[in-house]
Amino acid sequence: MSDLTTLGAWGVPLAVLGGALRVSAPFLFVSLGECLTEKSGRVNLGLEGTLVLGAMGGYGVSYLTGSAWLGVAAAGALGALFGALHGFLCGRPRVNDIAVGIALMLLGIGLSFFLGKPLIQPTAPRLPAFSLGFWSDVPQVQSNLQVNVLLVIGVLLAPLLRYGLKNTRWGLIVRTVGESAEAARAMGYDVNRVRLLATVAGGVLAGIGGSFLSLFYPGSWNEGLSSGQGLMAVALVIFARWDPMRCLYASLLFGGASALGPALQSVGVTSGYYLFNAAPYALTLVIMVLSSSATKQSADLPMELTVAR
Amino acid sequence: MSEPAGGEPAERRAARAASWLGTFLDGLVVPGSALLVSALLFGLFVALAGQSPLDVYEQMYRGAFGTWFSLQNSLQRAAPLMLTGLCTALPARLGLVVIGGEGALYVGGVAAAAVASSLTGASPYAVLSAMALSSMLLGALWVGAAGALRAKRGVNETISSLLLSYIGIAICNHLIEGPLRDPQSLNKPSTLHIGDANMLGSLPGLDVHYGLLYGVIACLLAWLLMDHSVFGFAARIVGGNPRAARLSGLSVPKLLISVCALAGAAAGLAGMLEVAAVHGKANASLVAGYGYTGILVAFLARHSPLAMMPVALLLGGISASGGLLQRSFGLPDATVSVLQGILFVVILASESYRGKVTVFSRLLSSKGAAS
Repeated sequence: MSDLTTLGAWGVPLAVLGGALRVSAPFLFVSLGECLTEKSGRVNLGLEGTLVLGAMGGYGVSYLTGSAWLGVAAAGALGALFGALHGFLCGRPRVNDIAVGIALMLLGIGLSFFLGKPLIQPTAPRLPAFSLGFWSDVPQVQSNLQVNVLLVIGVLLAPLLRYGLKNTRWGLIVRTVGESAEAARAMGYDVNRVRLLATVAGGVLAGIGGSFLSLFYPGSWNEGLSSGQGLMAVALVIFARWDPMRCLYASLLFGGASALGPALQSVGVTSGYYLFNAAPYALTLVIMVLSSSATKQSADLPMELTVAR
Repeated sequence: MSEPAGGEPAERRAARAASWLGTFLDGLVVPGSALLVSALLFGLFVALAGQSPLDVYEQMYRGAFGTWFSLQNSLQRAAPLMLTGLCTALPARLGLVVIGGEGALYVGGVAAAAVASSLTGASPYAVLSAMALSSMLLGALWVGAAGALRAKRGVNETISSLLLSYIGIAICNHLIEGPLRDPQSLNKPSTLHIGDANMLGSLPGLDVHYGLLYGVIACLLAWLLMDHSVFGFAARIVGGNPRAARLSGLSVPKLLISVCALAGAAAGLAGMLEVAAVHGKANASLVAGYGYTGILVAFLARHSPLAMMPVALLLGGISASGGLLQRSFGLPDATVSVLQGILFVVILASESYRGKVTVFSRLLSSKGAAS
C-alpha cells in the first residue's frame, strides 16, 4: 500500500476512491451474477464458495499456462460448474436453496483450500491495468486510480444486463420464471431449465469476479483471500432492488468502504483496525435493515424468491 | 392371552410397535445411503489426489474412534459441536436458517474470559457460573438480534446472522488486542488467563472435560423443549405455517426472538467451554470453525436435538482424524473440509427422497398382518 502521508488529509479520500475502483470488481461481478439468478427466482448463497474457487482456479491456470486471461476463462468455467451443481440440486423437489447455497459455499472453500495448497508460494502472471491518474505526477495518485480491464468489462456489463432483462425475449423469460413459475409453465417454459441456466450464468460471473481477487488485487492466492465478499454481494443485490445499474453503484460504495480500513492504516491510524475492517459488514447490515420492511414487500421483488419473503 | 377389558389386545400393540419400528428404519435408509454415497464420493476424491481410499478411511477410523485416546479426542470435539449445532437447529424448527454460530461462540468466549478476569478471588463455582451466564447472555444477544431483525424488519436471517457473526469476530479481535489484552501475551494477543483453579475439570475416569456433559444436557433440554412442551409446539407451528400461527393467536415475533436467543445462548456457552476447559483464555484460536461445522451437524441430524448427539460425535471424529491424515498421507487439513462439504451437499440432495422409502414399513406390517 503506497504511503499516503505525503498527501496529507487528501490521502484518505483518494485511497477510498482507489479502493472503490479496485475492490469493487469482485462485488460487481458477483452481484450482477446473483442479480440474474435471483431474477429467475433462485438464491445462490454458494457464490462465496464459487468466488474462492474461481480465484484459486484462475490463479492456478494462469500460473500453469502463463496467461492471466486463460486464468479468467478457467475461473468462469469453474463458476459455471458450481452454478450448474447449485441449479441441479435446487431443481429437485423439497430442496431448500438457501441450505444448498451454504453447503456449496463450504464445499467450494474446502476444495479451493485443498487444491490451492501448492499455489500459495509461486507467483502467477497478473491482469493488465491502466491508470486513470495519468494527469498527475504524484505516484500515489497514479497507483490509486489504477483501473483494471475486468472492472471496465463489469461496468459495461451492468447496463447491458439491465437492457437485456428489460428489453429482450430472454430477459422476459427469466423475469417471468422469477415472478410466477405457474405463468411461465403455462407459457410452455421449463422453469427448472431457465433457473439452471441463470444460475450457471451467475456462477460464471462470480468465478470471474473471484479471478480478479487472485489475478489483480490482492494479486496472489492465499487462504484469507475472500472474507465474505460473496455473501455481501448477495445482500447488495437486495439493497439494489434487483437492478443491475444499482448493483454497480452499490459495488462502488462497498469497494470504497472496504478500502477505508487499509487507507486509514496507511496514514497512521492504527487503533481500531479491526473495527474499520468490519465497516463493509456493518454497512451491509445497516442497508439491509433500511431496505427491508416487515410488512411491505419491495415492488421489484421477484415473487418466486424465498430469501425476501 | 389378551385383556380387552382394560388394555389393548396384544396383536394390536405388536402391530403398532412393528409399524413404529418400520417407520424408524425407513427414516434411517435415506440418511444412511447419503452417508454411503458421500463416503464413495470422498473416496473417489482421495483416489484422484493420489492416495488409496481404503487406507485413508482406515486411518480416519483410527484417528476418530480406533483408540481410547482418539475416542476421547472425538468426544471432546463433539461437545462444542452439539451446542453450535443447536444454534442452527433450534431456529430451523421455526423455518429460519441461522448460520451465525461462529461469531456467537467467539463473543460468548470473550465475555466469559472478561468476566472471569474481573472476578479475582471468588470461588471457582462462582466464577464458572458467572462465565456460563455471561457467555449465554452475550450469545443470546447476538443471534437474538438476527431474530429481532427478522421479526421486526423482515431482514433475511441467514445474511444478517452471518454479518453479525463477522462483526462480532471483528469486535472481539479489537477488544482482545486492546482493552482486554493480557500484557504478557506478546506473540498472540489474548485475554488474561482465568486461573488454573477456575478451569473446568475432566469427567471422572475420562480425559474429556465436563463440557461434554453440558452439551449432552443442552441437547436433552432442547429436545424436551422443542418436542414435549407447549413452547416447542408453538414454535413448530410457526415453522410449518406462520400465517396459521398468527391466526391462532401465537405471537410470532416473540417466538422468533426467543428461539434465536436460545440458539445464541447455546453457541455462547460453547465459547465459554472452549475458554474454561481448553484454552484458559480467549484469543483468535477460538475461531476454529466450530460454528460452521455446527451448521452441518444440524442439517445432518435434520435439526433433531437427540440425533445431534451422535452426529456431533461423528463430525468430531472426522475433524479429530484430520491431524492423523495430515501426518500419514500428507493430505492438507482442508481434506476434512472437503469431506464435510460433500456430506452436506449429498445430505441435502437426499432430501428429495425423504418419505419415499417404505421398505421396512411394508416388510414389518406384512409380517404383522400374516401373524
